[in-house]
Amino acid sequence: MTLMKQFLGAAATLALCSGAALADPALVYDLGGKFDKSFNEAAYNGAQRWVQETGGSYKELEMQSEAQREQALRRLAESGSNPIVMTGFAFGDVLNTVAPDYPDTKFAIIDMVVDQPNVKSVVFTEEQGSYLVGMMAAMASKSGTVGFIGGMDIPLIRKFACGYVQGVKAANPDAKVIQNMTGTTPAAWNDPVKGAELTKAQISQGADVVYAAAGGTGIGVLQAAADEGILSIGVDSNQNHLHPGKVLTSMVKRVDNSVYEAFMAGTEMTLGLEVMDLAKEGVGYALDDNNAALVTDDMKAALDEATARIVSGEIKVHDYMTDNTCPVE
Amino acid sequence: MDFATLIQILDSTVRLGVPLLLACLAGLYSERAGIFDIGLEGKMLMSAFFSGAVAAVTGSVWLGLMAGVGGAMALAAVHGLASITFRGNQLISGVAVNFLASGFTVLIAQSWFQQGGRTPQLMGGGRFEPIHLPGAEALRDVPILGPIYHELISGHTILVYVAFAMVPLTWWALYRTRFGLRLRAVGENPAAVDTAGISVVRLRYTAVAITGFLTGLAGAYLATGLSAGFVKEMTAGRGFIALAALIFAKWKPLPALGATMLFGFLEAIANRYQNLDLGIITLPVQFMQALPYILTVVILAGFIGKAIPPRAGGEPYVKER
Repeated sequence: MTLMKQFLGAAATLALCSGAALADPALVYDLGGKFDKSFNEAAYNGAQRWVQETGGSYKELEMQSEAQREQALRRLAESGSNPIVMTGFAFGDVLNTVAPDYPDTKFAIIDMVVDQPNVKSVVFTEEQGSYLVGMMAAMASKSGTVGFIGGMDIPLIRKFACGYVQGVKAANPDAKVIQNMTGTTPAAWNDPVKGAELTKAQISQGADVVYAAAGGTGIGVLQAAADEGILSIGVDSNQNHLHPGKVLTSMVKRVDNSVYEAFMAGTEMTLGLEVMDLAKEGVGYALDDNNAALVTDDMKAALDEATARIVSGEIKVHDYMTDNTCPVE
Repeated sequence: MDFATLIQILDSTVRLGVPLLLACLAGLYSERAGIFDIGLEGKMLMSAFFSGAVAAVTGSVWLGLMAGVGGAMALAAVHGLASITFRGNQLISGVAVNFLASGFTVLIAQSWFQQGGRTPQLMGGGRFEPIHLPGAEALRDVPILGPIYHELISGHTILVYVAFAMVPLTWWALYRTRFGLRLRAVGENPAAVDTAGISVVRLRYTAVAITGFLTGLAGAYLATGLSAGFVKEMTAGRGFIALAALIFAKWKPLPALGATMLFGFLEAIANRYQNLDLGIITLPVQFMQALPYILTVVILAGFIGKAIPPRAGGEPYVKER
């Protein structure tokens, strides 16, 4: 009998150990959806890179509505996933209530700061990346008018807009920037028809470079810009390949690197706040074969210089979210 | 606002208003026959998906259009079956159609194309190209009329002209044909129509099929005319705005044209000007975006005339108990 007990005990211990060792990481996508060719897709690519390199597996969930967030996090935490990575500022409030209930699970949130002992917050300095593409837009523009099209009207998107305008004004103080937001509801992330219409409205006002920070709506912006023969700027992922030769560049946000690193570290993930800025190559602009002909050496030189000066702190790009105002229009 | 700007805004109005117009006329047929349809949104979405998907695979926008119309009519048949044959609640059936389309399109798109619920970008023959009317280039420099003809009237896709042609056609069909008289009667008093020896069921199915056809055109216009492919939830509430326009237009075809173009105009203005400066006050863009709904509420509250829906609307017809 005692032998049996020992066996059972050993088996139970083994099962527990293997359970802990098998804790798969999990990734939760925001409403834009996994393949938005943008923000969430970057997260997906990071996770896929981890799969290819380690052969591991992970759980993923795609949000369909606001109401699912809390349930999704709790279910993943209870099923033993660790760490749990989520993309999007909208998880902030929910994570604040869920995280204390699962002290042994590590969470990582991208684009939001959540002050809990078991949470890693990753934020990007979008204003710096947007500043750089703003400079490029101003230098590529012949009319001196450039456009910005945001998705849902939230402070994060205003942060993109504000950095962009600062960059445009830095390269050409007389340039005019036309700004539009697609809407005030989450539907604004998935309305390519409206995105195209806003682009046409901006073109008719003289814009010849348009920067889209609008998730799925941006697909329509880039399409309309290519149709009408002007340049566009993609966002989050490298979108240069969508319309080769017609997308000036993309403001890339290396969400993939953050997800990859979080997955690599696994349960050993460091916690706390991590700011992914230009110096850490968390943001930047995309250069590849598709836009090589569009980016002149002058632009590259100017952008390299600006990059160096931002990294050294000589240029301070204002962050809209610190005071909810933008010094330039 | 100078003349050129006005033309551009009106041009944008046409593009934004046409999907609403098609959906609004679609709703008109159905509701005039006594079948409430809040599933316009879902049918448009279904059509947008099928037109985008088939156009992407075959490279032919016409095959895409046919597939889109087919998809929308299939959903219309579901709605008809539930609300006419099985006498279910029409609102619930409509809601079900919307949910079905919302989930189905993304699921099938993901399974066919693996692009995360969207269809591949359409190229060349996969999209409706703008039609340049004869003489548009030649007349371009004529003052006033030149820009109107060149910018505003010429240079739209075929579906736009079809949509505008549908307005007088609908008016004629409703008020000048035997079919129209019966259609209107079946929405007001189906028992009387039945007494006259005309099949209520068949009339209502016909109306619902026309609704499916027109929402099919609307969805195809979104996916293959205005943009280049299907994106999940790309109708973005246009089906509901079309319903609001239908109430605003009091279920009549000519006012439907006015209402949808007004809503399109409001959206075009909101797109063009972030904040509308009227001199005395500055209207924020959110107000402009909400205006169609505000106007509808005002109409329903009875401030601008009265909007009375077809009397038998929403009630399944029971021949005898």
